[in-house]
Amino acid sequence: MAQDSGTRTLISHAQLRRGRGKAIYWTLLTVVVAVFTLVFLGPLYWMVTGALKSGQEIAQTPPTLFPADPQPQNYVDAWNNLDLAKLLFNTFYYATGAVLFQLVLDTAAAYSLSKLRPVFGNAILGLMLATLMIPAMVLIVPQYVTVIDLPILHINLLDSPFAIWLPLVANAFNIFLLKRFFDSIPEDLMAAALVDGATPLRTLWSIILPMSRPILGVVSIFAVTAVWKDFLWPKLVMPSPETRTVSVGIYAFAGGTPMNVVVAASVIAAIPTVVIFLIFQRNIMSGLTTGSLKG
Amino acid sequence: MAITTAPGSVREAPRPASPARPARTGLGRKVRDNLTGHAFLIGAVLCFAVFSWYPMIRGIVMSFQRTRRGVTSWVGWDNYIRIVNDPSFWTAWKNTFYFTVLALVVGYVVPFFVAILLNEFRHARGYLRILVYLPVMLPPASALFLFKFYAYDPSEAGLFNAILKALHLPTSQWMQSPEMTMPAMVLASTWMNMGSAVLIYLAALQNIPGELYEAAELDGAGIWRRIVNVTIPQTRLILLLLAMLQIVATMQLFIEPLILANGAGAEDSATSVAYLIYQHGFFQNDLNGAAALGVIMLVVLAGFSAAYARLTAKQD
Repeated sequence: MAQDSGTRTLISHAQLRRGRGKAIYWTLLTVVVAVFTLVFLGPLYWMVTGALKSGQEIAQTPPTLFPADPQPQNYVDAWNNLDLAKLLFNTFYYATGAVLFQLVLDTAAAYSLSKLRPVFGNAILGLMLATLMIPAMVLIVPQYVTVIDLPILHINLLDSPFAIWLPLVANAFNIFLLKRFFDSIPEDLMAAALVDGATPLRTLWSIILPMSRPILGVVSIFAVTAVWKDFLWPKLVMPSPETRTVSVGIYAFAGGTPMNVVVAASVIAAIPTVVIFLIFQRNIMSGLTTGSLKG
Repeated sequence: MAITTAPGSVREAPRPASPARPARTGLGRKVRDNLTGHAFLIGAVLCFAVFSWYPMIRGIVMSFQRTRRGVTSWVGWDNYIRIVNDPSFWTAWKNTFYFTVLALVVGYVVPFFVAILLNEFRHARGYLRILVYLPVMLPPASALFLFKFYAYDPSEAGLFNAILKALHLPTSQWMQSPEMTMPAMVLASTWMNMGSAVLIYLAALQNIPGELYEAAELDGAGIWRRIVNVTIPQTRLILLLLAMLQIVATMQLFIEPLILANGAGAEDSATSVAYLIYQHGFFQNDLNGAAALGVIMLVVLAGFSAAYARLTAKQD
C-alpha cells in the first residue's frame, strides 16, 4: 500500500493533507482503529481471558477486565474432558483429505473443461454452476438419505470420512475459479506441449500446475477452512463420538460442561483457522475478491 | 498407437498414413481427445451427480412420498399439507423473514459504509482489513459460544449488560427475551460474517475511476452526493449480487438459533425454517416432511433469484 500513489478516491488526497482535512483525517483514523480493535479483537480477548477465570469470577458484577486469579486448569480440563486431541485430529484428517480430493478431482475437471474441451463440456459446466443457486439447507435431507444408502452401490457412508470428502468435491465455485485461471494460460503453451508429444496428463503436471500455484493455494486454504467451520453436515454424517469434528464435539459436550471449559475448548478449536489466516491472509483476501461469488 | 518411425517424421507427416489408420484423422483424433477429456472430468462429475444433482431430484421426489416401516408410497401433497399445518410453520417463516430483513438493514448497509471509510484511509489499511476479516475465520460454533455464554449473559456479569450498565442504559435479557432474540442473533451473525462483504466491496471500490470523483467534485457535489451519484452506481452490480447472496445465506439461518437459543428460543422466537427442516428430518422421523419444506424453501429463494435477474437485466 503505497502511502500516496493510490488512485483518487471519494475525497481527494490534497484535501486530506491540508489544515482542517488533515485534522479530521487523523481524528477519524484514530477513532476507527480504536473502535475496530475493540469491536473485532475485544471479543476475542474476552473469550481467551474469560476462559481463564474461575466460576465465581465469571459470575461477578461488574466483570473483571483481567482474570484476578488465572485458571489455566480450564484449558487443561477442556483438553482432557472433551478429548480435544482426538477431535482436532479428526478435523485435521478430514480437512487434509478434503484438500487432496478437491485438488485432484476439481483441478482435473477444470483442466478438462478449460483445455481439453470434451463434448458436452459446456453443458456439464452449466449444470455444475447451477448448483451454486441451490441453498445447502434444501439439499441437506436428500443428501443425507443418499449418503446413508449410496445409489447402485448401497453403501452406508455414515462415520466414513468419504461422507465429508466426496460431497466437497462437488464444489462449483472451485471449478469455476480453477477453470477461469486455466483459461488465462495461453493456448500456444498447450500447442507447443502437444507438438513435443506430451500427453494431456503430462501437460497438466509439468506446465499448467506449476503456473497455477497461487490459485491452488487459494483452493486448498478454502477447503481447509470450509471443513473446519462446517457444522451441520459433519454433525449428521459423523454421529459417533470417535469420528466427530471439533465444532460438533464441543457442541455435544456443551450441555453438561462448565461454561468456562466450553469457551476454553472453543478458543482451542479456533486457533488453527486463526493461525492459517494470519499466515495466508494475503492469499485468502485476494482469493476472496477474485472469486467474489461465495455465499 | 504403434508408431515406430522417428518422432521427426511423425510430426512432418501424420496425415498421409490415414488410409491404413483412419482413426488418426479428424473425427478419430477428436474422439481420442474426448476420451481423455472425459476421463479427467469423470471424478468431479460423479461427485456432482451423486451428491448434488441426484439429491436435488430425489428431494423433490421424496416430498411427494412417504416411507413407513420401509415401504415407500406416493402420497401426493400430504407432506406439504402436514408441514404447513405444523404449529411452528408460519412462526418459522415469520422469524426467518424478520432475520433476513434485519440482517439486510444491518449486515448489508454497514459493510458498504465500512468499506467506503476504509478505502479513504492511507494508513493502517492492512491492519483494519485483517481485523474485519478475523471473525470470518473463526468456527461459527466457537464464536457463538462466546456470544452465548459471555456476551448475552442476562445477568449484569455479561459483557453487553456490563457495557450498557456502565453507559447508564437499561440492560437486556438478550436470548431470554423474545423481543431481543432476533436482534441479538443478527448482531452475532453480522459480527461473524461481515468481513467477506467488506473485502469484496473494497475490491469493487478500487475499480472506480478516480476521474469520476474529480468531475463530480468540480460540479460542486459534496461527499454524500458523490457517494450517491458515483460510488453506488459504479458498484451497483456487486451491490445487487451481494444482496442476493446475503438473502440466500440468511434465509438458511440455522446455527445461530441452534447454539444461541437452543433451537426454538424463548416463546418460539428463534425457530427458523432451516431449524424446522432439521427438526422434522432428524428428530421427528419425518424426512419426507423435511424434504417438502426444503422444496418450499427452494421455491421461495428461486422467487428472489428471479427478481434479482430482472433487476440486473433491466439496466444492462
